[in-house]
Amino acid sequence: MSDAAFTFTIDGVTITAEPGQSIMDAADAAGIYIPRLCDHEGLRHQGGCRVCTIKANGRSAAACTQPAAPDLVVENESEHINAMRRNLVEMLFHEGNHLCPICEASGNCELQAMAYRLGMTEPTKFPYLEPCRAVDASHPDIALDTNRCISCGRCIRASQDVDGKGIFGYVGRGIHRRVAVNGPDLAHTDAEVTDHAMSAEVCPVGCIIRKRVGFSTPIGEREFDGGLIGQDIERKRSQGKGQ
Amino acid sequence: MEALPEAHHGLMNDPKIPSGNGLTPPDRGSNGGADGAIVEICTRFGNDKHRMLDILLAVQDRFRWISPEAMETIAEQTGQSRIQVEGVASFYHFLSQEPKGAITIRICDDIVDRYTGLADAVAAFEEELGIAMGTTSADGRFSLDYTPCIGMCDQAPAAMVNGVIFTRLTKQKARSIAAALREGASPEELISPQFEALSPYERATASVDNNILHAGEVLLGPVPQDAGLEKAAVLRSEQIIATVEASGLRGCGGAGFTSGAKWRFAAAEADPQKYVFCNADEGEPGTFKDRVLLTERADLVIEGMTIAARAIGAKEGLIYLRGEYAYLRDHLEDVLAKRRARGLLGSDILDKPGFDFDIRIQMGAGAYICGEEGALISSCEGLPGEPKTRPPFPVNRGYLGHPTVVNNVETFCHAARILDQGAQWFQSMGTEGSNGTKLFSISGDCRNPGIYELPYGMSVRDVLTLAGGSDAAAVLVGGPSGTMVGRDSFERLLSFDDLATAGAIVVFSGERNILEIVEYYLGFFVHESCGYCTPCRVGNVFLQKTIQKFREGNADSSDVAYLRDLASTIIETSRCGLGMTSPNPILSTLENFPLVYSATTKENEGGMKATFDIQAAISGARTIAKRRSYIFDKDFTQ
Repeated sequence: MSDAAFTFTIDGVTITAEPGQSIMDAADAAGIYIPRLCDHEGLRHQGGCRVCTIKANGRSAAACTQPAAPDLVVENESEHINAMRRNLVEMLFHEGNHLCPICEASGNCELQAMAYRLGMTEPTKFPYLEPCRAVDASHPDIALDTNRCISCGRCIRASQDVDGKGIFGYVGRGIHRRVAVNGPDLAHTDAEVTDHAMSAEVCPVGCIIRKRVGFSTPIGEREFDGGLIGQDIERKRSQGKGQ
Repeated sequence: MEALPEAHHGLMNDPKIPSGNGLTPPDRGSNGGADGAIVEICTRFGNDKHRMLDILLAVQDRFRWISPEAMETIAEQTGQSRIQVEGVASFYHFLSQEPKGAITIRICDDIVDRYTGLADAVAAFEEELGIAMGTTSADGRFSLDYTPCIGMCDQAPAAMVNGVIFTRLTKQKARSIAAALREGASPEELISPQFEALSPYERATASVDNNILHAGEVLLGPVPQDAGLEKAAVLRSEQIIATVEASGLRGCGGAGFTSGAKWRFAAAEADPQKYVFCNADEGEPGTFKDRVLLTERADLVIEGMTIAARAIGAKEGLIYLRGEYAYLRDHLEDVLAKRRARGLLGSDILDKPGFDFDIRIQMGAGAYICGEEGALISSCEGLPGEPKTRPPFPVNRGYLGHPTVVNNVETFCHAARILDQGAQWFQSMGTEGSNGTKLFSISGDCRNPGIYELPYGMSVRDVLTLAGGSDAAAVLVGGPSGTMVGRDSFERLLSFDDLATAGAIVVFSGERNILEIVEYYLGFFVHESCGYCTPCRVGNVFLQKTIQKFREGNADSSDVAYLRDLASTIIETSRCGLGMTSPNPILSTLENFPLVYSATTKENEGGMKATFDIQAAISGARTIAKRRSYIFDKDFTQ
């Protein structure tokens, strides 16, 4: 494979990519936001949430794992694709217990922010699965409420690959698949609140809770209170245009 | 079984999995010796994390469960974390995190079994053993469980008793089996009093009938021994691949990818370490053709694998045998051993210097998803059976990162025959784009369920005539991930261009409830989804719940649009073929049996859902408030 940069289009906009980049990597660099939940900067791509589904030359693919290729025609922000993404986000809401008004992650929550971005503004159509899993508050500084987990696996990859600890892992299969800790509870692992896996940026929802800091930033001043998720990436492009 | 010393075996020759006789209570892993036994099992597999599935299967067999302590020991031995071991142990249906009985009876609850007397067989087992389905007896001797299709639809209802298969279970037969087991008989001796004296092939055929009802020219007719391999041995890689390409052979496992192209991609890779894997994880409900090929044409399967190995330059191969077919393992090991002895496996095959290839058997453990080639490779690597991200494709980077060709059992058989008889011979059968013959597994409401080898291009009606399915009102072609067709579609053709199929044909008469069938299959996909991606993990649950709504008479016409919308999201966003096809039972019945859906919906009136029962909805609140509703109770004042 040649090392030369190449171009392809996303929704008609020509962008440049390097060999080895995924469609999402290239889009991020070019200031085009492709919605995602399980993907996170600095972590391996997983391709599990499927919210980043795009059409590449007409075929569905996850933008985070699909390699960019010369002259690829990528469709990102179509009504059809966003409707599917909204369905996926609704599925995640209904798989767990996501009660925004009583969740300390509200305003910082990527699931909530994605719902706003995708226009999930009316009552949803799916049945609620209402899991009832015990909260693990054993650790002095961290609590886990896996009823709010969306199985993105970001904490698993962060703990394994960044912290070198492997505190989390998936267990079970199908609808019973869930994130669990490497021990009887979190207190019996070597988890520390300073781990990257426990940082506010890794868990996209209110599942990994750092104790005693939940409301230190008031509602209204939180990450997504000021604008849509993804605008940090999109700003790169609008700034580029302005120059 | 506890008294038997377990001999040390090399990696290529796995120890046989012993089966309990029901007399010895299983070792619960609570005594001091358990740890040592688990260390011994790990050591036997080289403490290799890639052999995790073998280790866990051996621990399950010995202790009847994977205890938390066992997971700790296995983790320590293999250099894994406990959560990684648990991730694998909790993935496979045949591994258990609570103690199972020394004799575990898994009754197949496929829809075909349900329609052939499953309930009677279940009742007989429950009564005779004194335990309910899903439970284990207090003395630890017996467990009763349901399991999805075990590949015996032509002789349903069927059950696995440990690794032993029992078929055509009537109430009486089930009762006598259960009674004999309770009295201390081993499952094996119930198959034959001289079970131990039988050859491995005789043991396999003593418990399960082949039911070959139509033999074709390619696979089930007379097949000369190793004629294809002898010809391939004097050909260059390029010539072998060109022959397979010219034949038009396409994969027989369902996806229908061009086999020659797969081999060509792997052959082109520079990596000297390559693998040939045989996908014998036949799990599509209603499919049992590979069972018959592995029984009757095991040599041909291995011959085909050996030819593929020569074509791509692989030294090692693997047969991934589904856990349900554990009863075929000894037979396959026996065939492998005989071929080694005859110089057809091992070093310098057929005296060709440098033609080295050998095969080991990897047992599965109850996971339909492992029939997906990436998931199959994950499983062989000792991981949960989750599909891999594509690209890279297995032919480029597969097992442990090396180029790997994964083909279906039947595909290898065809390849061996093509090398013997030539591409033209194969092409002369079937239709344009669907060359050769195909094995069809026909079951359900027909007089002659069994295996039919037929050329591609026959109509559904032709096949029904052969199988005695004159009462058919619906035919499921290709299993639940295929297409359900009605009488008006019986002229459609079985080929890649019309009704593509890996060979499952399930016949349903007019007495069957289409929605019951659809709900069963959706439940199957919910059970078998790996859970990696959102749409398949969650979406299939919603599909199943909606079909339940139709069955309960609580659906309205908007639910049809809802089903279509949800199905399309699942198909278009799922990560692998399971989610891309799991909505098919719904979509194909919406298409071909629309009246079934419209007949069960109720329309809404006055802004109220017809199916919404306000009295039921407020009854809880009424109880809590200890008074009646001002709005909804006319007699509020009373």
